[in-house]
This record gives sequence, structure tokens and C-alpha cells, in this order.
Amino acid sequence: MAADIRPKRPFRWHIGIFLAPAVLVYTAIMILPLAGTLQLSLFRNIEQHQVFVGLQNFRALFGDPNWSVGFWNALRNNTWFFIIHMLVQNPIGVMLAAMLSSPRLRFAAFYRTAIFVPTILSFVIVGFAWKLILSPLWGVAPHLMDLFGLKSLFTPWLGKEQYALTALSLISVWQFVGIPMMLIYAALLSIPEEVIEAAECDGITGLSQFWKIKLPLILPSIGIISILTFVGNFNAFDLIYTAQGALAGPNYSTDILGTFLYRAFFGFQLQVGDPNMGAAIATMMFLIILGGVCVYLFLVQTRLRRYQF
Amino acid sequence: MTRKLLTALLLGTSILGSAGVAYAGDVTLNIESWRGDDLAIWKDKLIPAFEAKNPGIKVVFAPSAPTEYDAALGAKLAAGSAGDLITCRPFDKSLELFKKGNLADLSALPGMENFSPVAKSAWQTDDGKVSFCVPMASVIHGFIYNKDAFDKLGIKVPETRAEFFAALDKIKADGTYIPMAMGTKDLWEAATMGYQNIGPNYWKGEDGRAALIKGDQKLTDKDWVAPFEELAKWKPYLGDGFEAQTYPDSQNLFTLGRAAIYPAGSWEIGLFNTQAQFKMGAFPPPVEKAGDTCYISDHTDIGMGLNAASKNADAAKTFLSWVASPDFATIYANALPGFFSLNSAPVKMADPLAQEFVSWRGKCKSTIRSTYQILSRGTPNLENETWVESANVINGTDTPEAAAKKLQAGLDSWYKPAK
Repeated sequence: MAADIRPKRPFRWHIGIFLAPAVLVYTAIMILPLAGTLQLSLFRNIEQHQVFVGLQNFRALFGDPNWSVGFWNALRNNTWFFIIHMLVQNPIGVMLAAMLSSPRLRFAAFYRTAIFVPTILSFVIVGFAWKLILSPLWGVAPHLMDLFGLKSLFTPWLGKEQYALTALSLISVWQFVGIPMMLIYAALLSIPEEVIEAAECDGITGLSQFWKIKLPLILPSIGIISILTFVGNFNAFDLIYTAQGALAGPNYSTDILGTFLYRAFFGFQLQVGDPNMGAAIATMMFLIILGGVCVYLFLVQTRLRRYQF
Repeated sequence: MTRKLLTALLLGTSILGSAGVAYAGDVTLNIESWRGDDLAIWKDKLIPAFEAKNPGIKVVFAPSAPTEYDAALGAKLAAGSAGDLITCRPFDKSLELFKKGNLADLSALPGMENFSPVAKSAWQTDDGKVSFCVPMASVIHGFIYNKDAFDKLGIKVPETRAEFFAALDKIKADGTYIPMAMGTKDLWEAATMGYQNIGPNYWKGEDGRAALIKGDQKLTDKDWVAPFEELAKWKPYLGDGFEAQTYPDSQNLFTLGRAAIYPAGSWEIGLFNTQAQFKMGAFPPPVEKAGDTCYISDHTDIGMGLNAASKNADAAKTFLSWVASPDFATIYANALPGFFSLNSAPVKMADPLAQEFVSWRGKCKSTIRSTYQILSRGTPNLENETWVESANVINGTDTPEAAAKKLQAGLDSWYKPAK
């Protein structure tokens, strides 16, 4: 009843108009290419014509050992890449942030900058610099280890199947540890003084203060960082490509989804690119990332408790 | 007033300008290429030499970046704005252009008779009946060695495999030099400088290669596994940490005089001549026993074809015939030591190292890399797999038999030899 009496509101054009630029730009540069990729993955080039083949490309990707072995290998490596980041990068990031936010630390700004700088370096520089550092011929790593009598522990890590991926993951950790550090640092600074003071009145100080008061308060930030790490890692490509080349040697031990996609899509050396299979792989990457983000959003984030101050 | 004047001026210059071009030469030919490095050689040596002999034809060398060449050329051909002459990549990339009708048939071009069938194989249809590019240059594989090191240790140039390994042992025992500068990090070194370098002696060059394409031989046959077995034996002679040694590392190790032998491609000659401070020599891949026929990888690398849509086809053919002539070969081979003319006529070269390499053509039989023609068209790609497996064999991750088996299985999955 009440609705009938209320004067009819004019259609609010301005909402559409104000949204339009963002919607248009987002559609043009994100949604259309994404839809194009999905579409491309359902076609195949047969005698110079694009022919609709349904899910054939995906069947090949999972059923044909020529593709599936590479795909599962890449996915496995990618998962390991991610695990290393979660186990090493994020705890170290949190630790650094906790240390930086300590009021007694001197030169905090200097450390903050120094740790963050690698993040803004080009991956080409990082890949090349680390290749040189770890080079068994002219690298500083063997010499430094020699100074401490640890020369026997040195092996050409980037060239050994069992170490290469872990070594590259750690290089990536070195490069990006500044990001979790900065985010957590910001979260730690936003914890109000009153809360800390109240904790101190209750006799909770030092480490137990971190575990019992600060850590629960920054958990949502850690969640965000985890999901950023997940998306970043499953989209990773550049470091592997610059350090190991497109074939992600030795023996594909550092092949991740990004490099696998690159070889399929663009081809490499004598291998001719196959955009359709490439699109199928890209679609799988999209689904994997989408799945991971959904799991986080629906299972993890809803259970995180938030505190309002 | 000023505007009119300007228009008139512009009009005038455009007419004069085009008149100028027409006056200077009747026809201008444009060359598409990825060899930007060769710009100076074309401009200062090759083109003047041609224009002096052929008044009325102007040639412009217009290279694009190597990584962009294929894409840029494809787009230009589609748009009809590509140059008259097209530098040809070997094998499938050019074959595809020919099949699309972008490259003209040059089988009857005067000068094509100057090339051997192996030289032409990179730019022919699979049945070998139609040629569509003039072969320009090839690269030869072998071993470059540090002459000073060999003299100091009293090693003579090895001819047989036994001598080769004896030499490596001697260098290793002495300890001054790393016996062999090669790494497996970049993978292709192991395949190109290793497998394809020593392989032809085992599979008897063209015979084995043709048999492989016909399906009469398999990669798991003794002749194709044997090179892997020899590669596996190289491992102890490579430098410390060779698993992470890249291609530039290997080059530097050798030119700094720290390594004695470098499994090489002739394209290194130019760089090594400027960087190495010691005397260098070269020897072909050693054979089983003295007096055996030797085989070398003389890999066709670069050619030149005619854009089928060219409006100056006659002038372009004149130019291509000149490219096929010994004159061109002499200038080109001397300007770029290490890129050898494929011309049957012997070419005089000044560089001693290049001379050594090319002299093997006289005593050995030439072949091209086994994986390049036809066999690398499918998935998995045989050439790329050979890179990975060659590195695996040297690293010891795969036995020679296992590597060969993997390669053959991959090839079998898509390649059905014509019966």
C-alpha cells in the first residue's frame, strides 16, 4: 500500500552514467579478453580454419599424455612454489613487520625501505642478478661460502633438478617479502594504543602480547596476503622465464603453469605455437585461481572475526 | 597566400621527389630481414657491389628485430606492403609462407644449380621438387681448441674418438685447464653443440637422417643412441658446476683461456677472434677409427626468397641470381666469418679459423641437424625434447637408452612416416 502512495521516483540515470566509464573500461580490457580466451579454448585450427570442437582441447590436455604429463608436472611445481611462499615469505613478512613496528627499533625507515626495494626491481634484473650470484663459475655465493668453510655445501642449485625449483621459489620470496611486510606493518600500526595499553595493564607484554593480542587482530590482513600470494604464484612466469628459459629446465623441473602456457601458446624454437591449446591451459589457470579464491572467500573469510574499534 | 604557396611547394617537392627517384633508378628493391647485425655489410659491401654491376636497380636493406621478424613479416605480407625480397628462415617457417602463396617458386632461377641438394633442403617442399629460397649461408659444427694449451701439454689434434678422450684425460690430469667448456643450463648447448655435433658420424649424416624421416630407422637404434652414450662420457670433463653453466659462461670460460676445448658452432668465430688472446684451432668431430668417412653438421641457416606479390619480380630475380653467384658468396663469407656460403664454388676466405672449418666440406660429408626437417612439426616437439634429453643424459638424470626411448615415443605419438 505504502509503495503505491509514494510518488514515483524518476529513473536515476546518473547512477548508470557514473558507473559507465568503469564498466566500459573493465569490460573492454578484462571481461572481453577473458571471454575471448574461453571461446578460443573451444576451437581448433583445422586446415587454416577455426573449427568448434567443444571440450576436445581439454580432453587432450587431461587425456593425452603428451599434454597431461606436462600439465600435472606444471601444476605440481606451481603448488610447491606456492607452498614455499606461504611457509617462508609470509611468516618472514609478519616477523619483519612485527620487528619494524617495535618502537625501540632504530633506523626503522631504513630497514623498511631496504627490504621493500627488491619488490620494485624488474624481474629481469632479479633473475639475472641471482643467476650471477649463484653461478658456480663467477658467482659470489661459492666465494662467500668458502670464507666460512662451507664450500662443500655449494652445488649449482639452479642446474640441479632436485633444487632448482626451491632455489627459484626462495629468490622470488626474497624479491616479494616486502609486500606482506608492508601490509602487516600497516595493519599493526592501525591497532589502537588503548588495546595495547589494556593488554599491558593485564600483564600481557612482549611475545605473548604479539601472539594473544596483535596476531588475532591482523589475521584478516594475513588472509588477504595469502590470497594475493596464491593469485600471484599461480600467475607467475617472469622469474622462471628469465632465470631458466622457456623450457624451464633442467628436465622441466621448474616448469610452472605460466611457462607451460607460454610454450603452448607462443611456441618455442621449432615448436609452433598452438593458441587453442594455450587458451585451454589459460582457462584451466583461470579456473584454478577462481576456485582458490572462492574457497578463501566462502570458507575462510566468513569465519575470520573482525574487530571494530 | 602563404597556404597556397606552401601547397604549391609541397606539390612541387613531391613531384620533384618522385621524379628524383625515377631518375636515379628505375626499380627499387626492398629486402626484409632479421639480420640487423648485418646492416653495415649490406650497405657498404654487398649492395654497392650489386648496383655497380646492375645499373637501374636500387636495393634497400630493411631489417627488423629478430624476435619481431616473423610476426612483422606475416602482417606485411597480408597487407601487401612487404618488401620484394624476403630473408628466409630455414624449414617450416618458410615452407608455410610458400604454401600460403607468399613466396614465389624459384626452382628455375638461374644460379640455383650452384647449390647441392643438402644446401637446398631447407627451402624445398617435402618432396624436394620445388625450391623457393636461394640458400645464403650455413653454420658448421665442430670443436674449437686453445692451440697454446694443446702445445703446452703436447697434445696433437685428435682425429679418432680414442685420441679425443685421451686428450681430454691429459688436460684433466694436468689441471691447468678445464678440459671442455660446455654447460647444460641452457639445454640447447647440450643438444646443438653436443648431440648434433658428434651425431652425424654415428648415423652417417644424410643417410641416417633420411632413413629416420622415412621411418626405416628409429631414434632407439644403435646409431642414434651412440651419440648419447658419448655425451654421457663427457660429464667428467666439463667444468665444476656445469649444470648451472650458461651459454655465455661457456663462451667466456673458453675465451678467457680457462678451458681447452669448446664444442662449437662456426658462428662463434667472429666473437672468439675479437675476444680470445690466444691462438685457436678447430677440428671436426672425431671418428671411430682413423680413415673412416667423417660427417659434419653443415646446417643451413639463412636464405633469400622472392615475394610472390612483388611488382619488380624481374629485377628481384636478377638480384637473387646474383645472391646465388660466387661473387656474393665471397663477399658475404668474408664479411661474416663463420657463416659459410652454401655455394658449390669454393670461396676464398681470409680468416684461418673459418678456412679450417670450411675445409672439412672437402673431406667430410655434409648433413643438417637431424631434427629440423619435418620431424619437429608436432607435439611433443622433437627438437625441444632433444634439448631436454641431451642435457639429461649429460647430467646423468637419464640413461642414453631411456632418453632415446622417450624421444622415439614422443615422435611416434604424432609422426607417421610416408610409406
